[in-house]
Amino acid sequence: MNEVVSAGGSATMGMSAAMPRSSATLASARVAIRNLDFYYGENKALKGIALDLPERQVTGMIGPSGCGKSTLLRVLNRMYDLYPGQRATGEVMMDGENILADDVDRNALRSRVGMVFQKPTPFPMTIYENIAFGVKLHESLSKSAMDERVEWSLSRAALWGEVKDRLDSSAMGLSGGQQQRLCIARTIAVRPEVILLDEPTSALDPLSTLKVEELIDELKRDFTIAIVTHNMQQAARCADQVAFFYLGEVVEVAPAAQLFTAPKQKRTQEYITGRFG
Amino acid sequence: MSEARHIVTSYGQELQRLRTLMTEMGGMVENQVALATQAIVSGDPAVATQAVELDASVDAHDRDAEQMVIRMLALRQPLANDLRQIVAAMKITAALERIGDYAKNMARRSIVLGQYRLPFSMTGLANMSRLVQENLKLVIDALGENDADKARQVWVSDQAIDEIYNSIFRELVTYMMEDARNITPCTHLLFIAKNLERIGDHATNIAEHVHYAVTGEALTEQRPKGDGSAYAVVRLPDDVDAA
Repeated sequence: MNEVVSAGGSATMGMSAAMPRSSATLASARVAIRNLDFYYGENKALKGIALDLPERQVTGMIGPSGCGKSTLLRVLNRMYDLYPGQRATGEVMMDGENILADDVDRNALRSRVGMVFQKPTPFPMTIYENIAFGVKLHESLSKSAMDERVEWSLSRAALWGEVKDRLDSSAMGLSGGQQQRLCIARTIAVRPEVILLDEPTSALDPLSTLKVEELIDELKRDFTIAIVTHNMQQAARCADQVAFFYLGEVVEVAPAAQLFTAPKQKRTQEYITGRFG
Repeated sequence: MSEARHIVTSYGQELQRLRTLMTEMGGMVENQVALATQAIVSGDPAVATQAVELDASVDAHDRDAEQMVIRMLALRQPLANDLRQIVAAMKITAALERIGDYAKNMARRSIVLGQYRLPFSMTGLANMSRLVQENLKLVIDALGENDADKARQVWVSDQAIDEIYNSIFRELVTYMMEDARNITPCTHLLFIAKNLERIGDHATNIAEHVHYAVTGEALTEQRPKGDGSAYAVVRLPDDVDAA
Protein backbone atom coordinates (compact mmCIF):
# COMPACT_ATOMS: atom_id res chain seq x y z
CA MET A 1 0.00 0.00 0.00
CA ASN A 2 2.90 2.33 0.69
CA GLU A 3 4.51 1.71 -2.61
CA VAL A 4 4.96 4.82 -4.63
CA VAL A 5 5.68 4.55 -8.29
CA SER A 6 7.50 7.72 -9.15
CA ALA A 7 7.18 9.57 -12.41
CA GLY A 8 10.36 7.94 -13.60
CA GLY A 9 8.83 4.53 -13.06
CA SER A 10 11.15 3.52 -10.23
CA ALA A 11 9.40 2.13 -7.20
CA THR A 12 10.17 3.67 -3.83
CA MET A 13 8.66 3.13 -0.44
CA GLY A 14 6.41 5.93 0.72
CA MET A 15 7.25 5.38 4.37
CA SER A 16 11.00 5.69 4.03
CA ALA A 17 12.43 9.01 5.20
CA ALA A 18 14.22 11.63 3.11
CA MET A 19 14.86 9.40 0.18
CA PRO A 20 17.90 9.72 -2.00
CA ARG A 21 16.74 10.58 -5.48
CA SER A 22 18.60 11.22 -8.65
CA SER A 23 19.92 14.77 -8.84
CA ALA A 24 17.90 15.30 -12.01
CA THR A 25 14.69 14.71 -10.08
CA LEU A 26 15.77 17.00 -7.26
CA ALA A 27 16.81 19.76 -9.62
CA SER A 28 13.44 19.85 -11.34
CA ALA A 29 11.33 19.60 -8.18
CA ARG A 30 10.04 23.02 -7.13
CA VAL A 31 8.56 21.46 -4.02
CA ALA A 32 9.86 18.17 -2.61
CA ILE A 33 7.64 16.50 -0.03
CA ARG A 34 9.23 13.75 2.02
CA ASN A 35 7.92 11.55 4.79
CA LEU A 36 5.07 13.94 5.51
CA ASP A 37 2.59 13.02 8.24
CA PHE A 38 -0.35 15.21 9.12
CA TYR A 39 -2.67 15.04 12.10
CA TYR A 40 -6.11 16.48 12.79
CA GLY A 41 -5.80 16.05 16.55
CA GLU A 42 -5.36 12.30 17.02
CA ASN A 43 -6.46 11.48 13.52
CA LYS A 44 -3.58 10.87 11.11
CA ALA A 45 -4.77 12.23 7.78
CA LEU A 46 -1.56 11.99 5.76
CA LYS A 47 0.85 9.08 6.11
CA GLY A 48 4.42 9.23 4.86
CA ILE A 49 3.71 11.30 1.77
CA ALA A 50 6.56 11.50 -0.73
CA LEU A 51 5.84 13.65 -3.75
CA ASP A 52 7.64 16.15 -5.97
CA LEU A 53 5.96 19.12 -7.59
CA PRO A 54 8.15 19.55 -10.68
CA GLU A 55 9.02 23.12 -11.65
CA ARG A 56 6.56 24.69 -14.11
CA GLN A 57 4.47 21.60 -14.37
CA VAL A 58 0.94 20.82 -13.31
CA THR A 59 0.57 18.08 -10.73
CA GLY A 60 -2.94 16.69 -10.57
CA MET A 61 -4.15 15.12 -7.34
CA ILE A 62 -7.00 12.66 -7.51
CA GLY A 63 -8.61 10.26 -5.08
CA PRO A 64 -11.86 9.67 -3.23
CA SER A 65 -13.21 12.24 -0.76
CA GLY A 66 -11.30 12.29 2.51
CA CYS A 67 -8.15 10.74 1.07
CA GLY A 68 -5.97 13.72 1.98
CA LYS A 69 -5.63 15.72 -1.25
CA SER A 70 -6.98 18.99 0.10
CA THR A 71 -5.17 18.40 3.39
CA LEU A 72 -1.91 18.26 1.48
CA LEU A 73 -2.65 21.59 -0.22
CA ARG A 74 -3.39 23.09 3.20
CA VAL A 75 0.01 21.87 4.38
CA LEU A 76 1.84 23.39 1.42
CA ASN A 77 0.97 26.97 2.45
CA ARG A 78 0.64 26.14 6.18
CA MET A 79 -2.99 27.11 6.25
CA TYR A 80 -3.47 24.43 8.90
CA ASP A 81 -1.57 26.68 11.33
CA LEU A 82 -4.75 28.71 11.59
CA TYR A 83 -6.48 25.81 13.34
CA PRO A 84 -5.58 24.44 16.77
CA GLY A 85 -4.76 20.75 17.09
CA GLN A 86 -3.52 20.35 13.52
CA ARG A 87 0.12 19.55 12.93
CA ALA A 88 2.44 18.28 10.24
CA THR A 89 5.73 16.42 10.57
CA GLY A 90 8.28 15.55 7.92
CA GLU A 91 9.74 17.68 5.18
CA VAL A 92 8.35 19.99 2.54
CA MET A 93 11.43 21.41 0.88
CA MET A 94 11.25 24.60 -1.15
CA ASP A 95 14.42 26.47 -2.12
CA GLY A 96 16.42 24.37 0.31
CA GLU A 97 14.18 25.29 3.21
CA ASN A 98 11.77 23.07 5.10
CA ILE A 99 8.56 25.11 5.11
CA LEU A 100 7.25 23.06 8.02
CA ALA A 101 9.92 24.55 10.32
CA ASP A 102 8.65 26.61 13.27
CA ASP A 103 10.48 29.78 12.29
CA VAL A 104 9.02 30.01 8.76
CA ASP A 105 7.34 33.36 8.03
CA ARG A 106 3.78 32.25 7.28
CA ASN A 107 2.79 35.43 5.48
CA ALA A 108 5.83 35.36 3.24
CA LEU A 109 5.18 31.67 2.57
CA ARG A 110 1.59 32.34 1.59
CA SER A 111 2.71 34.96 -0.90
CA ARG A 112 5.03 32.36 -2.43
CA VAL A 113 2.42 29.60 -2.40
CA GLY A 114 -0.94 30.94 -3.53
CA MET A 115 -4.22 29.10 -3.25
CA VAL A 116 -7.53 29.14 -5.11
CA PHE A 117 -10.55 27.45 -3.59
CA GLN A 118 -13.48 25.43 -4.86
CA LYS A 119 -15.98 28.27 -4.61
CA PRO A 120 -14.99 31.65 -5.99
CA THR A 121 -14.26 33.90 -3.01
CA PRO A 122 -14.04 37.47 -4.29
CA PHE A 123 -13.80 40.15 -1.60
CA PRO A 124 -16.83 42.45 -1.44
CA MET A 125 -14.93 45.29 -3.07
CA THR A 126 -14.17 46.53 -6.56
CA ILE A 127 -12.47 44.35 -9.12
CA TYR A 128 -9.39 46.56 -8.93
CA GLU A 129 -9.25 46.42 -5.13
CA ASN A 130 -9.61 42.64 -5.16
CA ILE A 131 -6.27 42.43 -6.94
CA ALA A 132 -4.57 45.34 -5.18
CA PHE A 133 -5.55 44.21 -1.68
CA GLY A 134 -3.17 41.27 -1.48
CA VAL A 135 -0.36 43.10 -3.27
CA LYS A 136 -0.47 45.91 -0.71
CA LEU A 137 0.15 43.43 2.11
CA HIS A 138 3.52 42.50 0.65
CA GLU A 139 4.69 45.41 -1.44
CA SER A 140 4.25 49.17 -1.55
CA LEU A 141 3.75 50.12 -5.16
CA SER A 142 3.13 53.50 -6.76
CA LYS A 143 -0.30 54.07 -8.29
CA SER A 144 1.01 53.49 -11.79
CA ALA A 145 2.96 50.36 -10.75
CA MET A 146 -0.17 49.03 -9.05
CA ASP A 147 -2.24 49.79 -12.17
CA GLU A 148 0.29 47.83 -14.17
CA ARG A 149 0.22 44.93 -11.71
CA VAL A 150 -3.59 44.81 -11.81
CA GLU A 151 -3.61 44.78 -15.60
CA TRP A 152 -0.85 42.15 -15.71
CA SER A 153 -2.67 39.88 -13.27
CA LEU A 154 -6.03 40.22 -14.96
CA SER A 155 -4.44 39.65 -18.37
CA ARG A 156 -2.60 36.55 -17.17
CA ALA A 157 -5.89 35.29 -15.77
CA ALA A 158 -7.56 35.87 -19.15
CA LEU A 159 -10.01 38.29 -17.60
CA TRP A 160 -8.65 41.71 -18.59
CA GLY A 161 -10.63 42.01 -21.81
CA GLU A 162 -13.88 41.29 -20.00
CA VAL A 163 -13.40 43.68 -17.05
CA LYS A 164 -11.05 46.45 -18.17
CA ASP A 165 -13.90 48.95 -18.55
CA ARG A 166 -15.40 48.25 -15.16
CA LEU A 167 -12.50 47.87 -12.77
CA ASP A 168 -14.31 50.09 -10.26
CA SER A 169 -17.49 48.03 -10.13
CA SER A 170 -18.06 45.37 -7.51
CA ALA A 171 -16.48 41.96 -8.06
CA MET A 172 -19.69 40.44 -6.74
CA GLY A 173 -21.38 41.35 -10.03
CA LEU A 174 -19.15 39.03 -12.06
CA SER A 175 -20.30 35.60 -13.20
CA GLY A 176 -19.08 32.55 -11.33
CA GLY A 177 -16.48 31.76 -13.97
CA GLN A 178 -15.26 35.37 -14.01
CA GLN A 179 -15.14 35.43 -10.21
CA GLN A 180 -12.96 32.31 -10.21
CA ARG A 181 -10.60 33.80 -12.78
CA LEU A 182 -10.52 36.96 -10.62
CA CYS A 183 -9.45 34.79 -7.68
CA ILE A 184 -6.72 33.29 -9.83
CA ALA A 185 -5.67 36.83 -10.88
CA ARG A 186 -5.62 37.83 -7.20
CA THR A 187 -3.43 34.83 -6.42
CA ILE A 188 -0.91 35.50 -9.16
CA ALA A 189 -0.86 39.25 -8.44
CA VAL A 190 1.56 38.67 -5.56
CA ARG A 191 3.79 36.72 -7.96
CA PRO A 192 3.85 33.41 -6.16
CA GLU A 193 6.08 30.51 -7.18
CA VAL A 194 3.52 27.82 -6.60
CA ILE A 195 -0.23 27.93 -7.19
CA LEU A 196 -2.52 25.48 -5.40
CA LEU A 197 -5.94 24.95 -6.94
CA ASP A 198 -8.48 23.10 -4.81
CA GLU A 199 -11.22 21.89 -7.17
CA PRO A 200 -11.18 25.26 -8.91
CA THR A 201 -13.89 24.45 -11.45
CA SER A 202 -16.29 22.26 -9.53
CA ALA A 203 -18.73 25.16 -9.18
CA LEU A 204 -18.37 26.34 -12.78
CA ASP A 205 -20.26 25.63 -16.00
CA PRO A 206 -18.44 23.65 -18.73
CA LEU A 207 -17.33 26.66 -20.77
CA SER A 208 -15.99 28.52 -17.73
CA THR A 209 -14.27 25.28 -16.76
CA LEU A 210 -12.56 25.09 -20.14
CA LYS A 211 -11.44 28.73 -19.80
CA VAL A 212 -9.89 28.00 -16.41
CA GLU A 213 -8.21 24.87 -17.81
CA GLU A 214 -6.84 26.89 -20.72
CA LEU A 215 -5.59 29.40 -18.16
CA ILE A 216 -3.86 26.67 -16.14
CA ASP A 217 -2.09 25.56 -19.29
CA GLU A 218 -0.97 29.15 -19.86
CA LEU A 219 0.08 29.75 -16.24
CA LYS A 220 2.34 26.73 -16.02
CA ARG A 221 4.86 28.57 -18.17
CA ASP A 222 5.61 30.73 -15.13
CA PHE A 223 4.29 28.86 -12.12
CA THR A 224 4.42 25.45 -10.54
CA ILE A 225 0.86 24.26 -10.13
CA ALA A 226 -0.92 21.65 -8.03
CA ILE A 227 -4.58 20.98 -8.74
CA VAL A 228 -6.95 18.86 -6.71
CA THR A 229 -9.84 17.64 -8.81
CA HIS A 230 -12.58 15.05 -8.67
CA ASN A 231 -12.91 15.22 -12.42
CA MET A 232 -10.69 12.54 -13.93
CA GLN A 233 -10.96 14.02 -17.41
CA GLN A 234 -9.89 17.36 -16.03
CA ALA A 235 -6.81 15.82 -14.44
CA ALA A 236 -6.12 14.08 -17.75
CA ARG A 237 -6.48 17.34 -19.67
CA CYS A 238 -4.56 19.66 -17.33
CA ALA A 239 -1.93 17.72 -15.48
CA ASP A 240 1.56 16.71 -16.54
CA GLN A 241 1.85 14.25 -13.68
CA VAL A 242 -0.95 12.84 -11.58
CA ALA A 243 -0.84 11.54 -8.02
CA PHE A 244 -3.50 9.13 -6.80
CA PHE A 245 -4.26 9.43 -3.09
CA TYR A 246 -6.03 6.85 -0.99
CA LEU A 247 -6.57 6.80 2.77
CA GLY A 248 -3.93 9.45 3.38
CA GLU A 249 -1.25 7.87 1.22
CA VAL A 250 0.09 8.42 -2.26
CA VAL A 251 -0.58 5.15 -4.05
CA GLU A 252 0.86 6.07 -7.42
CA VAL A 253 2.46 9.04 -9.19
CA ALA A 254 2.94 8.92 -12.94
CA PRO A 255 2.76 11.06 -16.07
CA ALA A 256 -0.93 11.70 -16.79
CA ALA A 257 -0.94 9.74 -20.05
CA GLN A 258 0.51 6.71 -18.33
CA LEU A 259 -1.66 6.87 -15.23
CA PHE A 260 -4.86 7.09 -17.27
CA THR A 261 -3.98 4.45 -19.87
CA ALA A 262 -1.90 1.92 -17.96
CA PRO A 263 -1.68 2.57 -14.22
CA LYS A 264 0.73 0.31 -12.38
CA GLN A 265 -1.26 -0.11 -9.18
CA LYS A 266 -4.46 -2.14 -9.08
CA ARG A 267 -6.07 0.34 -6.68
CA THR A 268 -5.42 3.24 -9.05
CA GLN A 269 -6.98 1.28 -11.88
CA GLU A 270 -10.03 0.40 -9.82
CA TYR A 271 -10.53 4.00 -8.79
CA ILE A 272 -10.14 5.66 -12.17
CA THR A 273 -12.33 3.11 -13.93
CA GLY A 274 -15.07 3.35 -11.32
CA ARG A 275 -14.64 -0.07 -9.73
CA PHE A 276 -13.88 1.07 -6.25
CA GLY A 277 -14.86 -0.90 -3.16
CA MET B 1 -7.65 -11.72 -14.31
CA SER B 2 -10.23 -11.17 -11.60
CA GLU B 3 -11.70 -7.72 -11.69
CA ALA B 4 -13.80 -5.74 -9.25
CA ARG B 5 -17.31 -4.94 -10.41
CA HIS B 6 -18.07 -1.60 -11.98
CA ILE B 7 -19.95 0.81 -9.73
CA VAL B 8 -22.08 1.76 -12.75
CA THR B 9 -23.71 -1.59 -13.52
CA SER B 10 -24.76 -0.67 -17.06
CA TYR B 11 -21.16 0.24 -17.94
CA GLY B 12 -19.99 -3.17 -16.72
CA GLN B 13 -22.75 -4.78 -18.76
CA GLU B 14 -21.71 -2.89 -21.87
CA LEU B 15 -18.10 -4.01 -21.48
CA GLN B 16 -19.31 -7.58 -21.07
CA ARG B 17 -21.55 -7.26 -24.12
CA LEU B 18 -18.61 -5.97 -26.16
CA ARG B 19 -16.51 -8.92 -25.05
CA THR B 20 -19.33 -11.31 -25.95
CA LEU B 21 -19.65 -9.73 -29.40
CA MET B 22 -15.92 -10.27 -29.98
CA THR B 23 -15.85 -13.88 -28.82
CA GLU B 24 -18.99 -14.70 -30.85
CA MET B 25 -17.37 -13.15 -33.86
CA GLY B 26 -14.20 -15.10 -33.12
CA GLY B 27 -16.19 -18.34 -33.02
CA MET B 28 -17.81 -17.52 -36.36
CA VAL B 29 -14.53 -16.86 -38.18
CA GLU B 30 -12.99 -19.99 -36.65
CA ASN B 31 -15.90 -21.91 -38.10
CA GLN B 32 -15.54 -20.12 -41.45
CA VAL B 33 -11.86 -21.05 -41.73
CA ALA B 34 -12.62 -24.67 -40.79
CA LEU B 35 -15.41 -24.88 -43.38
CA ALA B 36 -13.29 -23.25 -46.09
CA THR B 37 -10.49 -25.74 -45.44
CA GLN B 38 -12.92 -28.62 -45.51
CA ALA B 39 -14.31 -27.33 -48.80
CA ILE B 40 -10.81 -27.19 -50.31
CA VAL B 41 -9.85 -30.70 -49.19
CA SER B 42 -13.21 -32.32 -49.99
CA GLY B 43 -14.17 -30.19 -53.00
CA ASP B 44 -17.72 -30.02 -51.64
CA PRO B 45 -19.37 -26.82 -52.93
CA ALA B 46 -22.15 -27.02 -50.29
CA VAL B 47 -19.55 -26.66 -47.54
CA ALA B 48 -17.95 -23.76 -49.41
CA THR B 49 -21.30 -22.02 -49.60
CA GLN B 50 -21.76 -22.34 -45.84
CA ALA B 51 -18.42 -20.61 -45.28
CA VAL B 52 -19.37 -17.81 -47.67
CA GLU B 53 -22.79 -17.32 -46.12
CA LEU B 54 -21.38 -17.00 -42.59
CA ASP B 55 -19.63 -13.83 -43.66
CA ALA B 56 -22.79 -11.71 -43.47
CA SER B 57 -23.14 -12.43 -39.73
CA VAL B 58 -19.46 -11.68 -39.17
CA ASP B 59 -19.85 -8.33 -40.91
CA ALA B 60 -22.98 -7.55 -38.90
CA HIS B 61 -21.13 -8.27 -35.65
CA ASP B 62 -18.31 -6.03 -36.81
CA ARG B 63 -20.71 -3.15 -37.40
CA ASP B 64 -22.42 -3.71 -34.03
CA ALA B 65 -19.08 -3.73 -32.23
CA GLU B 66 -17.97 -0.55 -33.97
CA GLN B 67 -21.19 1.26 -33.03
CA MET B 68 -20.82 0.08 -29.49
CA VAL B 69 -17.21 1.24 -29.24
CA ILE B 70 -18.05 4.72 -30.57
CA ARG B 71 -20.97 4.97 -28.19
CA MET B 72 -18.90 3.89 -25.18
CA LEU B 73 -16.06 6.26 -26.02
CA ALA B 74 -18.54 9.13 -26.23
CA LEU B 75 -20.73 8.29 -23.25
CA ARG B 76 -18.42 6.53 -20.79
CA GLN B 77 -15.11 8.27 -21.41
CA PRO B 78 -13.25 5.10 -20.48
CA LEU B 79 -9.85 5.10 -18.78
CA ALA B 80 -7.07 2.66 -17.96
CA ASN B 81 -7.93 -1.00 -18.62
CA ASP B 82 -11.45 -0.10 -19.80
CA LEU B 83 -9.99 2.29 -22.36
CA ARG B 84 -7.46 -0.29 -23.50
CA GLN B 85 -10.12 -3.00 -23.81
CA ILE B 86 -12.45 -0.78 -25.79
CA VAL B 87 -9.81 0.49 -28.20
CA ALA B 88 -8.48 -3.06 -28.59
CA ALA B 89 -12.02 -4.26 -29.33
CA MET B 90 -12.22 -1.89 -32.27
CA LYS B 91 -8.97 -3.20 -33.73
CA ILE B 92 -9.69 -6.85 -32.91
CA THR B 93 -13.10 -6.84 -34.57
CA ALA B 94 -11.55 -5.23 -37.65
CA ALA B 95 -8.95 -8.04 -37.75
CA LEU B 96 -11.64 -10.71 -37.26
CA GLU B 97 -13.67 -9.19 -40.07
CA ARG B 98 -10.64 -9.43 -42.37
CA ILE B 99 -10.11 -13.06 -41.35
CA GLY B 100 -13.72 -13.71 -42.31
CA ASP B 101 -13.09 -12.14 -45.71
CA TYR B 102 -10.03 -14.32 -46.30
CA ALA B 103 -11.98 -17.45 -45.35
CA LYS B 104 -14.76 -16.46 -47.71
CA ASN B 105 -12.23 -15.97 -50.50
CA MET B 106 -10.71 -19.39 -49.78
CA ALA B 107 -14.14 -21.00 -49.93
CA ARG B 108 -14.91 -19.39 -53.29
CA ARG B 109 -11.63 -20.59 -54.75
CA SER B 110 -12.39 -24.12 -53.53
CA ILE B 111 -15.40 -24.15 -55.88
CA VAL B 112 -13.10 -23.48 -58.85
CA LEU B 113 -10.59 -26.06 -57.59
CA GLY B 114 -13.36 -28.65 -57.44
CA GLN B 115 -13.49 -28.58 -61.25
CA TYR B 116 -9.91 -29.86 -61.55
CA ARG B 117 -8.37 -33.25 -60.95
CA LEU B 118 -5.25 -32.40 -59.02
CA PRO B 119 -2.20 -34.67 -59.52
CA PHE B 120 -0.85 -33.92 -56.06
CA SER B 121 -2.01 -34.08 -52.44
CA MET B 122 -3.43 -31.27 -50.29
CA THR B 123 -1.67 -32.46 -47.17
CA GLY B 124 0.65 -29.45 -46.92
CA LEU B 125 -2.19 -26.97 -47.21
CA ALA B 126 -4.31 -28.95 -44.75
CA ASN B 127 -1.41 -28.90 -42.28
CA MET B 128 -0.96 -25.20 -42.70
CA SER B 129 -4.65 -24.64 -42.13
CA ARG B 130 -4.52 -26.79 -38.99
CA LEU B 131 -1.73 -24.63 -37.55
CA VAL B 132 -3.60 -21.44 -38.48
CA GLN B 133 -6.79 -22.75 -36.88
CA GLU B 134 -4.93 -23.72 -33.72
CA ASN B 135 -3.52 -20.20 -33.43
CA LEU B 136 -6.89 -18.66 -34.17
CA LYS B 137 -8.56 -20.77 -31.51
CA LEU B 138 -5.86 -19.94 -28.99
CA VAL B 139 -6.05 -16.22 -29.63
CA ILE B 140 -9.83 -16.23 -29.32
CA ASP B 141 -9.47 -18.10 -26.02
CA ALA B 142 -6.93 -15.47 -24.92
CA LEU B 143 -9.45 -12.80 -25.89
CA GLY B 144 -12.32 -14.42 -24.01
CA GLU B 145 -10.25 -15.14 -20.91
CA ASN B 146 -8.14 -11.93 -20.88
CA ASP B 147 -5.10 -14.19 -20.93
CA ALA B 148 -1.91 -12.34 -21.87
CA ASP B 149 0.21 -15.50 -21.69
CA LYS B 150 -1.91 -17.28 -24.28
CA ALA B 151 -1.76 -14.17 -26.45
CA ARG B 152 2.02 -14.21 -26.24
CA GLN B 153 2.06 -17.90 -27.16
CA VAL B 154 0.18 -17.12 -30.38
CA TRP B 155 2.45 -14.21 -31.10
CA VAL B 156 5.60 -16.30 -31.09
CA SER B 157 4.17 -19.31 -32.92
CA ASP B 158 3.31 -17.64 -36.22
CA GLN B 159 6.80 -18.46 -37.51
CA ALA B 160 5.88 -22.12 -38.08
CA ILE B 161 2.98 -21.01 -40.29
CA ASP B 162 5.25 -18.77 -42.33
CA GLU B 163 7.70 -21.60 -42.86
CA ILE B 164 5.07 -24.04 -44.07
CA TYR B 165 3.76 -21.31 -46.36
CA ASN B 166 7.21 -20.93 -47.91
CA SER B 167 7.44 -24.62 -48.67
CA ILE B 168 3.92 -24.69 -50.18
CA PHE B 169 4.84 -21.71 -52.33
CA ARG B 170 7.91 -23.49 -53.71
CA GLU B 171 5.99 -26.72 -54.20
CA LEU B 172 3.21 -25.05 -56.17
CA VAL B 173 5.61 -23.11 -58.40
CA THR B 174 7.36 -26.39 -59.16
CA TYR B 175 4.04 -28.06 -60.18
CA MET B 176 3.34 -25.15 -62.48
CA MET B 177 6.74 -25.50 -64.10
CA GLU B 178 6.26 -29.20 -64.58
CA ASP B 179 2.92 -28.92 -66.39
CA ALA B 180 1.22 -25.76 -67.67
CA ARG B 181 -2.18 -27.39 -67.09
CA ASN B 182 -1.49 -27.05 -63.35
CA ILE B 183 -1.25 -23.27 -63.56
CA THR B 184 -4.91 -22.43 -62.94
CA PRO B 185 -5.48 -24.68 -59.91
CA CYS B 186 -2.02 -23.94 -58.50
CA THR B 187 -2.61 -20.20 -58.78
CA HIS B 188 -5.82 -20.59 -56.79
CA LEU B 189 -3.95 -22.74 -54.28
CA LEU B 190 -1.27 -20.07 -54.00
CA PHE B 191 -3.89 -17.47 -53.16
CA ILE B 192 -5.47 -19.86 -50.69
CA ALA B 193 -2.11 -20.42 -48.99
CA LYS B 194 -1.51 -16.68 -48.96
CA ASN B 195 -4.94 -16.13 -47.39
CA LEU B 196 -4.11 -18.64 -44.68
CA GLU B 197 -0.80 -16.92 -44.08
CA ARG B 198 -2.61 -13.56 -43.74
CA ILE B 199 -5.10 -15.10 -41.32
CA GLY B 200 -2.13 -16.22 -39.23
CA ASP B 201 -0.77 -12.67 -39.30
CA HIS B 202 -4.10 -11.24 -38.19
CA ALA B 203 -4.19 -13.76 -35.35
CA THR B 204 -0.83 -12.41 -34.16
CA ASN B 205 -2.13 -8.85 -34.48
CA ILE B 206 -5.09 -9.79 -32.31
CA ALA B 207 -2.64 -11.38 -29.86
CA GLU B 208 -0.79 -8.05 -29.66
CA HIS B 209 -4.01 -6.14 -28.98
CA VAL B 210 -5.08 -8.64 -26.31
CA HIS B 211 -1.68 -8.45 -24.64
CA TYR B 212 -1.78 -4.66 -24.53
CA ALA B 213 -5.38 -4.53 -23.35
CA VAL B 214 -4.69 -6.94 -20.50
CA THR B 215 -1.24 -5.79 -19.35
CA GLY B 216 -0.95 -2.20 -20.58
CA GLU B 217 2.35 -3.16 -22.19
CA ALA B 218 2.90 -3.50 -25.91
CA LEU B 219 4.72 -6.54 -27.29
CA THR B 220 7.56 -4.48 -28.63
CA GLU B 221 10.42 -6.83 -29.31
CA GLN B 222 10.94 -8.15 -32.83
CA ARG B 223 8.44 -10.87 -33.60
CA PRO B 224 9.96 -14.05 -35.05
CA LYS B 225 8.96 -14.17 -38.72
CA GLY B 226 9.47 -16.82 -41.32
CA ASP B 227 7.72 -15.63 -44.49
CA GLY B 228 10.43 -15.44 -47.11
CA SER B 229 8.18 -16.05 -50.14
CA ALA B 230 8.48 -12.41 -51.21
CA TYR B 231 12.11 -13.12 -52.09
CA ALA B 232 11.71 -16.70 -53.24
CA VAL B 233 13.14 -17.71 -56.59
CA VAL B 234 12.32 -21.18 -57.84
CA ARG B 235 14.37 -22.28 -60.89
CA LEU B 236 14.13 -25.26 -63.16
CA PRO B 237 17.26 -27.41 -63.28
CA ASP B 238 18.01 -25.93 -66.74
CA ASP B 239 17.89 -22.38 -65.32
CA VAL B 240 20.26 -23.35 -62.58
CA ASP B 241 22.69 -24.68 -65.17
CA ALA B 242 22.36 -21.51 -67.26
CA ALA B 243 23.05 -19.39 -64.20
